[in-house]
Amino acid sequence: MSSEAGQQHPLGIYYKIWILLFVLSGFSYAVDYFHVEGGLRWFLVITFMFLKAGFITAIFMHVVWERLALVLTILVPPVALLFLIGFMTVEGNYTEGTRYQYRGDDPTLMPLSPSDIHGGGHSEEAAH
Amino acid sequence: MSETAAIQGTPEGVEGLVEDWASDKQTYNVPWGKAMMWIFLVSDTFIFTCFLTGYLNVRLTTTEPWPLQTEIFALTLFGQSIPLVLIAIMTFILITSSGSMALAVNFGYRRDKQKTFWLMVVTAILGASFVGMQAFEWTKLIVDEGIRPWGNPYGAAQFGSVFFMVTGFHGLHVTGGVIYLLIVATKVRKGHYDKKGYEIVEIAGLYWHFVDLVWVFIFAFFYLL
Repeated sequence: MSSEAGQQHPLGIYYKIWILLFVLSGFSYAVDYFHVEGGLRWFLVITFMFLKAGFITAIFMHVVWERLALVLTILVPPVALLFLIGFMTVEGNYTEGTRYQYRGDDPTLMPLSPSDIHGGGHSEEAAH
Repeated sequence: MSETAAIQGTPEGVEGLVEDWASDKQTYNVPWGKAMMWIFLVSDTFIFTCFLTGYLNVRLTTTEPWPLQTEIFALTLFGQSIPLVLIAIMTFILITSSGSMALAVNFGYRRDKQKTFWLMVVTAILGASFVGMQAFEWTKLIVDEGIRPWGNPYGAAQFGSVFFMVTGFHGLHVTGGVIYLLIVATKVRKGHYDKKGYEIVEIAGLYWHFVDLVWVFIFAFFYLL
């Protein structure tokens, strides 16, 4: 069905995607709530992120039902951004390396948490 | 209406793609407003990705430790510190508003003015409450946690600049979207689109879903990782 007649679809698919987005957001939040760390955290957060983004674009924004000419106009230009992200990652890692190597910055520094600053006003477990 | 008949005869897929570009005619079979909205959204994607890439670069290059987002954005509810709870609520609110907007678009094409109007109003109210929570979050961060664009007590100074710029720009988009939705909703109720058709609701919906889409990325990269 081309969009000339308007994007008319049964309501059921919207309800299903809606619930799915809720569940996926719940999963993302659960990753943080249950303190999943390291590589698994990155993998899960990014997987849920792309699934959510995909469903919003495909169904809510009707991209799956558009003609290929419009779909490619929307999806191809952002590919350039992947190159930008790739280049900036490489260059960022390099800059960080030179800062440790030539400026002697301490790589073992840890960030402070609100309980360190407020002296336990914010959370129970602050025994510092 | 003769255009519709012509389009139904054209092939789909790659063959359709070639035909759409090669034939001596309008390339995109969508109302011009929709094509323009998509072009705007693609350019907005570039703006937000530049912000997020700037964040990536700054976070990689700084040798100071990055503040712990989970703890900074925790909120004490019922005497218990719950990590990221406000952000989670904001995420669910934005998804709910995206869903109600999708329904508004659908009822628009069914020419159900009442339902379209009220669903758009619900969407706008949810959007406004999102902005309200963001204002609350900013206040808490600035007043209680002492986070400034030029520094904060927890670690890398860049945390504040990135946070205020990215969430601020997104909040501006939400605010603009709320105003846009309310204008279109009022015009729907007054029957301004009875003759023109209800594509305008879908176009407004595209913008609103995009705002939700950007939040998905901000939620993942800024708050969770």
